[in-house]
Amino acid sequence: MSTYVGDAANAPKFQTAAKTLVNDTQVRHNVRHATGVIRRKRAKVVGEMADWEQLRESGHEIKQHVMRHLDFYLDQFEKSCTAAGGTVHWARDADEANSIIVGLVKAQQAKEVIKVKTMTSDEIRLNAALEAAGITPFETDLADLIVQLGEDKPSHIVVPALHRNRMEIRRIFLDKMNLPELSDKPEDLAAAARVYLREKFLRVPVAISGANFAIAETGSVCVVESEGNGRMCVSLPRVLISLVGIEKIIPTFQDLEVYLQTLPRSATGERMNPYNSIWTGITPEDGPQVFHVVLLDNGRTKVLADREARETLDCIRCGACLNACPVYRQTGGHAYGSVYGGPIGAILTPQLQSMEHSQTLPYASSLCGACYEVCPVKINIPEILVHLRNKVVERGDAPFLEKMAMKAAAYVLESPEHLKRARKLGRIAQSPFAKNGVISHLPGGLDAWTAVRDLPAIPEQSFREWWLKREREAG
Amino acid sequence: MMRHFLEVFRGAEVVCIPSSSCVAMIRDHYPKMAAASGDAGLKRAVKNMLPRIFEFTELLVDKLGVTEVGAFFPHAVALHPSCHSLRSLQLGDKPARLLAGVRGLTLVDLPEAEECCGFGGTFAVKNADVSAAMLSDKIRCVLNSGAEICAAVDNSCLMHIGGALSRQRSGVRVLHLAEILASRDSGGMAS
Repeated sequence: MSTYVGDAANAPKFQTAAKTLVNDTQVRHNVRHATGVIRRKRAKVVGEMADWEQLRESGHEIKQHVMRHLDFYLDQFEKSCTAAGGTVHWARDADEANSIIVGLVKAQQAKEVIKVKTMTSDEIRLNAALEAAGITPFETDLADLIVQLGEDKPSHIVVPALHRNRMEIRRIFLDKMNLPELSDKPEDLAAAARVYLREKFLRVPVAISGANFAIAETGSVCVVESEGNGRMCVSLPRVLISLVGIEKIIPTFQDLEVYLQTLPRSATGERMNPYNSIWTGITPEDGPQVFHVVLLDNGRTKVLADREARETLDCIRCGACLNACPVYRQTGGHAYGSVYGGPIGAILTPQLQSMEHSQTLPYASSLCGACYEVCPVKINIPEILVHLRNKVVERGDAPFLEKMAMKAAAYVLESPEHLKRARKLGRIAQSPFAKNGVISHLPGGLDAWTAVRDLPAIPEQSFREWWLKREREAG
Repeated sequence: MMRHFLEVFRGAEVVCIPSSSCVAMIRDHYPKMAAASGDAGLKRAVKNMLPRIFEFTELLVDKLGVTEVGAFFPHAVALHPSCHSLRSLQLGDKPARLLAGVRGLTLVDLPEAEECCGFGGTFAVKNADVSAAMLSDKIRCVLNSGAEICAAVDNSCLMHIGGALSRQRSGVRVLHLAEILASRDSGGMAS
């Protein structure tokens, strides 16, 4: 049994991956362009909501309430879902969830499954587990399909293939769909995907979905999407398995009112999602006749136990923080080494895993606060980043040079005398480097600054010295 | 350091801080740090201190009700609304109003003004490549704005932006808002 988040435990450090990605001009251009488009759309449809701040507050309050009573609502969900004809399974971690799902598919003697809208399945590496059991998974969300066919990884929570442009998508489709010719027009690409997917929708008997929300009161599961491929997945096959993180629970149907307003506006800049699928257990002779829900913990209860960081679990995966983040916009999602990228990934991934992994992620932020500003459930991401940085330091895992630098800074700033002496020493030390009041090259690790920027030299007269002189002269 | 700060400024009627990120540290983090310490005296000291803490433009505009200080600065200025001034202190248009009150000054539009410049303290060194990429975007916007001067209310951002403007021999300089407000009718730059 083990808890993991995709391959994040073996991912390179954020700064190592980012170094390569900021130099990939195509990825940077694609990410910049796509996030820019969504940001503008979001700003427009959020701006027209007079009660946006109240909706954010409500979204936050509902989730906080659920997190305080999660045991009750999970139990209620199991009862109502079971009463409606569903079967609920509990998975402590990724391995357990995989073995439950593989077992359920095998019990149907199925060799293929169709999948939709389940990032959580990437979290638990479900596709690899299915393939190991001789079962072929087909992604049906268009962007997930592009990622799967391209043997790529998702780079965004909502638009997983946003790092690809249509020329690149054309090449992937041409190679993998065995097509004689294909243009890079969006409608032609969509048509090719449609032909490829329709055949699977009609043939494959088992579907695996994720969930945006699971409603405790009714036992319903809700998936929102733009393409209608999700609707096909949750209605055409005979068997439906939904993988649901335990934080997806909301108490009542009424609570959807808040999230179905804030989620589409935040995620894609749409007033409403084109497809809102909500289903409750089994309906005889309509839709899937076998329905399983797998409730997944995989580190979530550990996050819940941390009072200062538990609101991480409030996330409704809208991706607004990614689009707003100036760091994400330079690198795209791959730099974060996890299925969850951007600011929310930087706090979620290290918490779900054990702390020795993903330690560079809490530092993958300038703490500018743009993520918190747009979050539709008001997760204070900058504060949680700082909290996680504290944890890294408390564990003694900060790099040696950083520890030394912090100790030196603490000493210098401890008293005016220390500062004065440090200034004197600094003036001597900088003399080989300073020219016309600026330092253009520094040795050792400090060249990280001077690679692209000058540093002002310590001036001959400090503010304090100037001030004292001024007072003296004024008499 | 928090205890030292509280001690040094204990007797001050008003503490004016020309750096919004420092103000944000005191306002956002001191109460939490004091609460975590469990020291009732410390909590009280922070509580007493907070109403006396003013960011530079807060002091002028809110406390003193001043937006014109008689400054003269005949240059095109772009204002970089630093992250902490914008999102933590929510200074709004206070810096811009002060600049609008400067004779001779032309305030130019800074494209993508609200984007972080990429400083972020240790971030600039720990994630030097991403920081440099963010900085290059900011520099492009500053140069496109046609400004002679890039101003802000945070010296840390100014050191960052100014470091790149200087390296690129761009001919554009950075100044703290206070330096512009201190300029007089000599027409020269503040010293």
